[in-house]
Amino acid sequence: MNWDWSTLGDFLPAFRSGVLVTLQALVLGALIAFALGLVWTLAQRSPLRVVRWPVTAVTEFIRNTPLLVQLFFIFYVLPEWGLTLSALATGVIGLGLHYSTYTAEVYRAGIDGVPPGQWEAATALGLPRSRTWTAVVLPQALRRVTPALGNYVIAMLKDSPMLMTIGVLEMLGQARQFGSRTFHMNEPIVTVGIAFILIAYPASLLLRALERRLAR
Amino acid sequence: MSEITPGLWALLLRGVWVTVQLTVYSAALGAVVAFVVGLARTHRLWIVRFVSGAYFELFRGTSALVLMIWVFFVVPVTLGWQLVPMWAAVLTLGCTYGAYGSEVVRGAVAAVPQAQREAGVALGFTPAQRLRKIVLPQAWPEMVPPFNNLLIELLKGTALVSVLGVGDITFAAQLVRNATGQSAPVYTVILVLYFVLAFLLTRGMRQVERRAKANVGRLAPAGPGTAARTGRVRRRDLAGSSSASGGAS
Amino acid sequence: MPADTDPLIPKPATAANGSAGRELIRLEQVTKRFGDTTVLDRLDLSVDAGRHVTLIGPSGSGKTTILRLLMTLTKPDEGTITVDGRRLFPAPEKQCREVRKKIGMVFQQFNLFPNMTVLRNVTEAPRTVLGLSRDEAEARARELLDLVGLADKCDMRPTRLSGGQQQRVAIARALAMRPRVLLLDEVTSALDPELVAGVLDLLRDIARSTDITLLCVTHEMGFARDISDQVLMFDAGRIIESGPPEKLFGDPDHERTREFLSSVL
Repeated sequence: MNWDWSTLGDFLPAFRSGVLVTLQALVLGALIAFALGLVWTLAQRSPLRVVRWPVTAVTEFIRNTPLLVQLFFIFYVLPEWGLTLSALATGVIGLGLHYSTYTAEVYRAGIDGVPPGQWEAATALGLPRSRTWTAVVLPQALRRVTPALGNYVIAMLKDSPMLMTIGVLEMLGQARQFGSRTFHMNEPIVTVGIAFILIAYPASLLLRALERRLAR
Repeated sequence: MSEITPGLWALLLRGVWVTVQLTVYSAALGAVVAFVVGLARTHRLWIVRFVSGAYFELFRGTSALVLMIWVFFVVPVTLGWQLVPMWAAVLTLGCTYGAYGSEVVRGAVAAVPQAQREAGVALGFTPAQRLRKIVLPQAWPEMVPPFNNLLIELLKGTALVSVLGVGDITFAAQLVRNATGQSAPVYTVILVLYFVLAFLLTRGMRQVERRAKANVGRLAPAGPGTAARTGRVRRRDLAGSSSASGGAS
Repeated sequence: MPADTDPLIPKPATAANGSAGRELIRLEQVTKRFGDTTVLDRLDLSVDAGRHVTLIGPSGSGKTTILRLLMTLTKPDEGTITVDGRRLFPAPEKQCREVRKKIGMVFQQFNLFPNMTVLRNVTEAPRTVLGLSRDEAEARARELLDLVGLADKCDMRPTRLSGGQQQRVAIARALAMRPRVLLLDEVTSALDPELVAGVLDLLRDIARSTDITLLCVTHEMGFARDISDQVLMFDAGRIIESGPPEKLFGDPDHERTREFLSSVL
């Protein structure tokens, strides 16, 4: 392996800005995924068929098709329809939308896991429906699903390099740009690869510890 | 601005064929990796457990696209041999999804009651015979649903190869887009194609599951179509999500 | 060997060396601890071939651990175990495997293999471990299943059977290996009360009609009295009293034995 530390030194400034873009996309994408997922879950519990059915169909479709193609769709098709977004905004929306279909399932599992006795107790106390949700059900459900949500954030992190394909200069995008400029590919790619492990591994350890604590 | 011509349709269909091949080959490699690594992680020697555990953590922490680009661009330059793009992709996808699969295998094998192994000891089976005749047949039905989820993830993951220039569905779509100058039709078409492939995979795996469950004397959950199956929490990142997804099943 | 005429009679002592009554099992100074608790405390035990020995005593006194040690499901911390003149502990795995072929075990929870039919449960080990042909193994299995009264259930899955039926299949499965020693670990404890009698009657038959060596852990004192030549009373990891059933159940020497018997009878 030809490894050149000075090449690595040259890459560092670009790498640093790549890390920032990756984290930015991750945080914003996760926020969208968390919020939109909750919307999907609640919509799927709607008593109205006309709400339940399309939401189920759409989420199933999004979850069973590749994120990469969805990014292309948003990036190339929306401008044809007159809506032009920056590459980063496209990436954030794509990432958030895709993973909202996963978080929706996580929320659903959490809500189904709240014991029926809790609903009955809330009814017995005469709590209104909205209050039952916000004060009784959701707090318990969210607590249970925190580790699972965290795992999807790690999954989003590992999918974030796809944003490179629509021109976002996140970590991998920076590495490729640097590689094509200097013809040194090994150092930047390995650096980026290690960076992912260095972020993902401690994060997953943290989540496992959290899960053990919540399980008690 | 023009329609998708028959020639372009043919291009897309060739892409479908490449995607199917990629999925099948990667799944085959991934299955081998999943069983070898998954069983190694239950081995009685700590060093075997450590090495296989390290493999799992390494690939679980790695981004498939980064790994794919590294294998494709860097390995040939440094080692001096050229990898056919298709095989670079299969290697990456198989090793990555095999690592996720190893967690499925490990969990299902660990879930087989200890008493079953003891009955095997009492009858004089060797460890290998116990594994082959008792543990794996009983663990298999537990593996099928999470394997189905991983297969769908793998199918979606194959789209990454278009970045390497492998002519799969997504790559073909880019060519069609360039030829027609329109994005909406072709991307809509290929999203539907992917969805159909995922649907067929799920259907097939439901059959496998039904047979596997019948084989251990249990009834498969009778359920309509894909919704019941894909409605489960995807074990995309397997370790750690067990408690929350446990509530769903 | 004429043994094939009756699958239930292993006739080991007479056919092999003509020494019925020879010592078959020997435990010397065996100690087993789980964490801080000592389950077996420097225990000595000797069982002659063909004997029917029942182990009684309060739960946690180490009875089941003896059976699990003999089946190599667990290892002692100290001491030696010998079966039929061959070391079981300490011994290499290969030797253990040889000794295991001579020992069968029936479990409290049956532990039938759900991935195999009833017939296959009974034929699998004779075929893969003893190397019997399919026909031989099936003939032997059908005879045994007939004996336990389940010949018509051959092609069913064990999960479809009642607990009593499952346990009878498990007995047939253990006997199919023609063991010289059969270990019975509380085989009726997991059964509904109305199913207990059938299983016990079957075991009485087997005890009467064969010269297989039985080691039996049970809480069924009537059954113990019927089948045993010798009863061992366990307490806190030691054998505090042993003797023929008439003596032990009728006029025990030890105060603890008396207390225990009055609590279970």
